[in-house]
Amino acid sequence: MKTDIILAGVGGQGILSIAASLGAAALNENYYLKQAETHGMSQRGGEVVSHLRIADHPIWSDLIPSGKADLILSVEPMESLRYLSYLSPKGSIVTNTAKFVNITGYPDLDHTFEELSEKVNIVRIDADQIAKDSGNPKASNMVMLGAASPFIAIHEDIIIKGIESIFKSKGEQIVEMNVKAFHAGKAFTLAKK
Amino acid sequence: MQKSLLLGVEAIGQAAIDAGISGVYAYPGTPSTEITEYIQNNKLANSRKIHHEWSTNEKTALEEALGMSYAGKRAMACMKHVGLNAAADIFMNMAITGVNGGLVVTVADDPSQHSSQNEQDSRFYGKFAMIPVFEPSNQQEAYDMTYAAFAFSEKTGLPVMMRIPTRLAHSRSGVIQQPVMPENNLHFPENPIQFILLPAYGRKLYQSLIDKQDWMVELSEESTYNNYFEGKDKSLGIVCCGIAYNYLMENYPDNNCPYPVVKIGQYPLPKKMLKRLEQQCDELFIAEEGFPLVEEMLSDFFEKGTKVSGRLNGALPRRGELNPDHLAKALGKEKVQPTSSPNILVGRPPSLCAGCGHKDTYEALNEIIAEVGTGRVFSDIGCYTLGALPPFNTINTCVDMGASITMAKGAADAGLTPVFAIIGDSTFTHSGITGLLDCVVEKTNINIIIVDNEAVAMTGGQSSAAKGRIEKICEGVGVDPTHIRLFVPLKKNHDEIVSVIREEMTFNGVSVIIGRRECVQRIAKLKKLNRTNKEV
Repeated sequence: MKTDIILAGVGGQGILSIAASLGAAALNENYYLKQAETHGMSQRGGEVVSHLRIADHPIWSDLIPSGKADLILSVEPMESLRYLSYLSPKGSIVTNTAKFVNITGYPDLDHTFEELSEKVNIVRIDADQIAKDSGNPKASNMVMLGAASPFIAIHEDIIIKGIESIFKSKGEQIVEMNVKAFHAGKAFTLAKK
Repeated sequence: MQKSLLLGVEAIGQAAIDAGISGVYAYPGTPSTEITEYIQNNKLANSRKIHHEWSTNEKTALEEALGMSYAGKRAMACMKHVGLNAAADIFMNMAITGVNGGLVVTVADDPSQHSSQNEQDSRFYGKFAMIPVFEPSNQQEAYDMTYAAFAFSEKTGLPVMMRIPTRLAHSRSGVIQQPVMPENNLHFPENPIQFILLPAYGRKLYQSLIDKQDWMVELSEESTYNNYFEGKDKSLGIVCCGIAYNYLMENYPDNNCPYPVVKIGQYPLPKKMLKRLEQQCDELFIAEEGFPLVEEMLSDFFEKGTKVSGRLNGALPRRGELNPDHLAKALGKEKVQPTSSPNILVGRPPSLCAGCGHKDTYEALNEIIAEVGTGRVFSDIGCYTLGALPPFNTINTCVDMGASITMAKGAADAGLTPVFAIIGDSTFTHSGITGLLDCVVEKTNINIIIVDNEAVAMTGGQSSAAKGRIEKICEGVGVDPTHIRLFVPLKKNHDEIVSVIREEMTFNGVSVIIGRRECVQRIAKLKKLNRTNKEV
């Protein structure tokens, strides 16, 4: 078993909470894990990417080789397209449709996504709206994790345990809200399938 | 055994605590910052009262660490690669004094320059100073090597360099810890002249450093961090340093690399091990994260012997960090043709945060620059370096910590007037004060704008050594108090800021203009911290 995930977003969007939840899940199960992050200058509104690798056998490289990622999980639509060279021909893209516009000349991507969807499995989800609807606008990243979960080779219960261990210090209510957001995201993807 | 999920830098922090250090000394710098932060937030480290305050710069940090070692205790200094340039004087000389308590210098290099002016390779410094260098390939090795490095330092009497690149510093993996060791007791060095580098003593001590070199090579031969892996196909022998080994093995998922491989994790290089590889194989291929240090050492200058390839002959890229694809290409491994990204995507350069005071300062300064002409703003290292990018395009230089004031002075000496230096509060205390003193001594016609956000902001809002005393420091250095001006960088103060800068610009002498408003990220960070503390 292995799942190689490219996590993408913009500095400040908190993609690392997704990585941390999956990291905790992997650790609980004694899986092997490597997760390379972007720190430093790019965190000031620049593009950020994290390579997250989970397997039931030792992992060598901290970076995913090109063409080997099983999943691109992006919390921002344009960022989901920036790392396509990493995606395996059999891989999937799960992306938030809520744009983060902190630059001029943000391109129209509808046509690109349509073209791409003929070649690759793409789930586009308005995670910000779904998070709002489920009562916690801050839980958009957990909606994204839920939406991506059908493509991750870790059992749902284990991922939820991971979410619980990450948010446990913030109280039961926060844990519940994030788990709820996770389920809402998952339901969205399953309805699409 | 329970694994903890740790970044490479955190693994080093944990290992140092477990190895019984009594102090960590550092100045923040990506990708090294989190080592010290990890120790600052660690329960055991706090209960042991392990020293963990930030130092003013890397030079003071390393000197303080050497002082702790003199007193017999274990210490670690941490810095980014260019920070070691600031600390080069003490670094070179402490190789000659050697240590008393174990001393480890952890240097985080930044290949590909994710957050740095250059991608210099610190292993050259290790070789230059003739001290042992450990280079881990993964998080567990980062832990194990750091844990062992203190005892190794005490055994050899030398400081040990731990060298890690960004990719290992900021990548997480499961790490198994070793038993916690007690701290050393205070004890003086046995040799009373060990730390006195008077030339007469210095020559003796330097000779003993030279005399230790063969022993260092022997220790490298025996080291568990240097490994010879057999391979059937002798047409090629491969040398991998540090994390380059992972990128090699990623291409052989069943651990079936057909070629003999030497994995290097400890320097000086194990000569016998490498000789054996050279004798067994037709050609050599060297993969190292950083400069082609080993490749150059093994390269055949007169081209009479074994062919050596790597970064120098184009088998691997000459600069930038490595990845598994580079190794695949160099070894002729087939690859799937990856999907390429659509060319309509636009880049997202980093930018100043919403509400950042630097914006207000640059907007005001730009008004003045429009009047006096461009090419005269000398800047420095920090968030305000983003003033080089649109929409500001204000600054003309960014070279090294403190160079704003001194380069502006040099330009003023050359006859450029008016000149401006822009420097942050922490960069000013790091390396700006001495340059200011030069200006004061020579009554240079210079306008120094100190953008004081009361934080080391770019690295995550650590406390600055300036602590709101910049005007006092400047006065103490000898700046005329009537030309030390203060403003609050806010949009509503725009006209006032412009007029303060304009007034000081017309003064023929040293002016210091301080814009003080706390970093918005630091405010948010402290709020969050307060909330967490209340909950606890």
